[in-house]
Amino acid sequence: MLAVAAYPALLGEPQTLVLPLGLPDLPFHLRLDPLSAFFLLLLGGASAGVSLYSTGYFATAGVADLRLICLQYHAFLASMAVVLLADDAYLFMVAWETMALASYFLVTTDHGVAEIRRAGFLYLVVAHVGAIAILLTFGTLQLGQWNYTFDAMRGNTLSPLWASVAFLLALFGFGCKAGFLPLHVWLPEAHPAAPSPVSGLMSGVMLKTAVYGLLRVTFDLLHQQVWWWGVAALALGLMTALFGVMFAAVQTDMKRLLAYSSIENLGIILAGAGLAILFHAYGMNVLSALALAATLYHCLNHALFKSLLFLATGSVMHATRHRSLGKLGGLIRHMPWVAALALVGTLAIAGLPPLNGFASEWMLFQAFLLTPGLPNSYLNMLVPVAAAALALAVALAGYVMVKFYGVVFLGLPREELSEAHDAGGWQRIGLLWLALWCVALGLLPVFVVDAMDPITRGLVSGSLTESMQESSWLFLTAIAPARASYAPMLFLLGILLTVLVTFLLVRRFYHGRVRRSAPWDCGFPGLNARMQDSAEGFGQPIKQIFEPFFKIERQQPSPFDARPVYSSSIEDRVWYWLYLPIVKAVERLSSLAGVLQQGRIHLYLIYSFATLLVLLLLIQ
Amino acid sequence: MSLGFVASQLFQTLLSVFLAPLMLGWVNQCRAWLQNRSGPGLLQPYSVLRKLFLKDAVLAHNASWLFRLTPYVVFGCMVLAVSIVPVLATDLPFSPAADVIALVGLFALARVFMALAAMDVGTAFGSLGARREMLVASLAEPALLMVFFTPALISQSTALTTIVETLAHKQLTLYPSLAFAAAAFVMLLLAENARVPVDNPATHLELTMIHEAMILEYSARHLALMEWAQALKLMTYTAIGIALFVPWGIAEAGYWAGLPLAIVALLAKLLAAGAALAVLEMVSAKMRIFRVPEFLGMAFLFAVLGMLTRILLGSAG
Amino acid sequence: MSNQLINLMAALLLLIAFAMLSQRRILRLIYLFAAQGFVLSMNTVIVALATKQPHLYASALITFGLKVIALPWLLHRLIDRLNVRWDVETLINIPTTMLVGILLVILSFNLALPISQLAGTITRGTLGIAMASVLLSLLMMITRRKAVPQVIGFLSLENGLFFAATSATYGMPMVVELGIALDVLVGTFIFGIFFFQIRETFDSLDIHHLEKLKDRG
Repeated sequence: MLAVAAYPALLGEPQTLVLPLGLPDLPFHLRLDPLSAFFLLLLGGASAGVSLYSTGYFATAGVADLRLICLQYHAFLASMAVVLLADDAYLFMVAWETMALASYFLVTTDHGVAEIRRAGFLYLVVAHVGAIAILLTFGTLQLGQWNYTFDAMRGNTLSPLWASVAFLLALFGFGCKAGFLPLHVWLPEAHPAAPSPVSGLMSGVMLKTAVYGLLRVTFDLLHQQVWWWGVAALALGLMTALFGVMFAAVQTDMKRLLAYSSIENLGIILAGAGLAILFHAYGMNVLSALALAATLYHCLNHALFKSLLFLATGSVMHATRHRSLGKLGGLIRHMPWVAALALVGTLAIAGLPPLNGFASEWMLFQAFLLTPGLPNSYLNMLVPVAAAALALAVALAGYVMVKFYGVVFLGLPREELSEAHDAGGWQRIGLLWLALWCVALGLLPVFVVDAMDPITRGLVSGSLTESMQESSWLFLTAIAPARASYAPMLFLLGILLTVLVTFLLVRRFYHGRVRRSAPWDCGFPGLNARMQDSAEGFGQPIKQIFEPFFKIERQQPSPFDARPVYSSSIEDRVWYWLYLPIVKAVERLSSLAGVLQQGRIHLYLIYSFATLLVLLLLIQ
Repeated sequence: MSLGFVASQLFQTLLSVFLAPLMLGWVNQCRAWLQNRSGPGLLQPYSVLRKLFLKDAVLAHNASWLFRLTPYVVFGCMVLAVSIVPVLATDLPFSPAADVIALVGLFALARVFMALAAMDVGTAFGSLGARREMLVASLAEPALLMVFFTPALISQSTALTTIVETLAHKQLTLYPSLAFAAAAFVMLLLAENARVPVDNPATHLELTMIHEAMILEYSARHLALMEWAQALKLMTYTAIGIALFVPWGIAEAGYWAGLPLAIVALLAKLLAAGAALAVLEMVSAKMRIFRVPEFLGMAFLFAVLGMLTRILLGSAG
Repeated sequence: MSNQLINLMAALLLLIAFAMLSQRRILRLIYLFAAQGFVLSMNTVIVALATKQPHLYASALITFGLKVIALPWLLHRLIDRLNVRWDVETLINIPTTMLVGILLVILSFNLALPISQLAGTITRGTLGIAMASVLLSLLMMITRRKAVPQVIGFLSLENGLFFAATSATYGMPMVVELGIALDVLVGTFIFGIFFFQIRETFDSLDIHHLEKLKDRG
């Protein structure tokens, strides 16, 4: 039902140069250059997997109107593709709005539930605020010439003040869509509310269109960057990453956990982009190319493994009808395919070698290590310390993913789950597609970096391939082979070889007998599912150590309660500090404006008459 | 890549793999002497391993394929790690396969598999151990990265072979930055290898277990492989410390005549390191789990100070 | 060679300053302060050997006598009589204090870079470290609740200044040196007297009791 016809065609896109395609209608311009092609590849690859999966998912999910969903889904994909191809601001904004609306309708598929409606509304509001900011950015970029094509904007040179204004507006506007701190509040609400394939697409691809927009504006349309933009982006990115991962560690809902994890990864991507901007501002082009390549690589990787994980949660929800981590467990026995493929996704997102998450993070760390070459001595010392913040975020991501996989698939089932069945044919193919690409991109990073070469050469005029020529295709090198190198194939081969040899030797010299029995558990009898960690329990150390960052509301019963009730909720402080005051101010303003609306026709006629008189006087 | 290189790589790997239990035995023996008792003997770990290999593996009813696969994966990761670190000689075939950051990633891979296997059977101890281990690891990783930054800054590279070559060629100098980094590294070694004061390797009480809790359900050959992997991890960390901070004696690439000296130097350094580890364990008490973040924060601090001192004092530091 | 030893001493000084930030036990603080004095006198001796200035030997001797023996003994007697052993609560928790400490170190290193390029002594690289330990001692004075650690912070501040003087100008003139030493001694006596007064008035050495002295109305 959900055909993927158009998108495999995009998968074959080579990294071609400028092809200003003809004008489809009115003043629409399209353009396909290396940056767009890369993101189209990302879109195509991830959506192919998701679409294959959805064929199986929606067929059996019993959702109301499949034709409507089909329409919305295709509109969503098409609008994202047009965003990536747009060459003038008008088409960009039209496609951007279409994307937002299509995803809004997809998010509120299940509009009978009040929470989902609320989540959709919040999403729409923030998306529109962002769209206004992006519009203003384009307005700033065109310098009053009334020519909105990107070519014209490229030709303009702005004064540093206006360039900074444009950059900040772009950061804000695209940040609303990408979910940077503090514009992230819609993400943990909207992504869980949508059906799982849609969540996968939103997290995997839609957030990356925002990154595309930011990169396009900063590197392509604004030629020269200022160093403090890079520092601002770096700082914001790291804060977002740490925030996202800390909140992910204390979640009890599968999809909210993955949504916060998306916030974390977007933070890492922004930090990488900030580093690229910083290096480019100081003219260190090769290093900028390294940081940019790492950022783009991480975009691609995130699209793949986040979609994979969201699809896996879709299968789990489909099979067990539960979403909360407190009701799952032990699914590795009932759903072997989903569990195995989700394991690939988990290892990838935790940044473990030899999969793809590690390759991009490795490159990013190498870029950080090179910062002591910067001219500014404060930055020289501060940025490597910031690398420690990145390492903390990455390590905590491992923690979060162990929690996710362990609570859902391992251990004993916390509720009665024995009728959980494994995913069907189409679903397996979709998951398999994404997992295979995760592995392939992890094992062959040199090809990916080579393919990104036209992009880095175009955007920051730096190239990494010269350094790669010196070593073979097996080794991913940073700047020079003597400096650092990493060979994921050798990793995999080494581990496999050792596992095989050990297994064979043990079998040969000793034996392979196995006996099954009850778990040892230090001799405790009567092991039941309630004894293992719940999701809250697993996240408790993080909650305790990072307590000042959470807003924790606890209700604890007294010892004399006849019916004790214990509840604990963790909320986002940003919501209370930033959003509620704004909402209250808006409400006050609108109630003031409401004074004008008295419901009497005479008054309205008087308004129109007065306006007419004023205008006549003014025109004079 | 000549036959000589391959042979020396194989030799280094096998030597380290079979020497690791001996190092563990030496540490235990030193601890026994310091506690004024006669220890179990240097070769005890070998006897333990042999005994475990001979037993039947007892698995829980609900242990999955992940549980059975993990000991092999973890052991494989540790063997790969020890073949990457320049224990005896630099520039072996496997050395360019990973720099220090990739090495940290390799340890993380082993750790995640252990944590997942611990959660597999569904006991309280397993998830307890998994959660604590991941916590300690998350806080130790930034500190470890900072520790590696300082030698990387000095030698302009993160590849271990380049670091060893650069540092071994400088005269016997006292770099304060490396001193700070070394102090931080020792603290991290204690944390990551589950030694006192972060974890007690000889305990089986719920309150005090981190690593032991994760391998509680394993038996026979699986347990043997996990214990061997743990010993190998300790040896690898010590070897990394030696390579970064006291690299004199490691043979250069292709210089075969330097191998006997390298072996003797290695044995001497391992002896000293093992004795020092035993002394450190003796004078410290195990910390409460929520004091561990402060301990690791201290290590992070030392590492950052080392890096900053290096940047400030330039080549004099 | 002497250059390296001086750098090593500087690094040790910084280490001790950080260790003092994180200590909870007051007795250990006093030992750390004594160690700091020891490092300081060793440093002076090394500079004296390297630059062949005999008056630095005398300076080292005074430092040793005062800061390694006299003052720690005084402080020890003080805390014995006041019966304070622990200062568990700090204003902000210890990891945050250490993070702020790192930022201060970065700041002082950067400030010292241009100055140290101008100075002509062999110890010029250590000016940044000296400034860092001064700032860290100030931080310690700010974040402590009990009065005794604040005094120790003040004393280690003076240590840092002394180290800075040695590194920039090969020590101070003898007269200035003796004057400062006398000041520190007198200051410590006065602090001791004040501690007893505070303790008598408020029955505790927690300084937030002093806030009762603010003006009402």
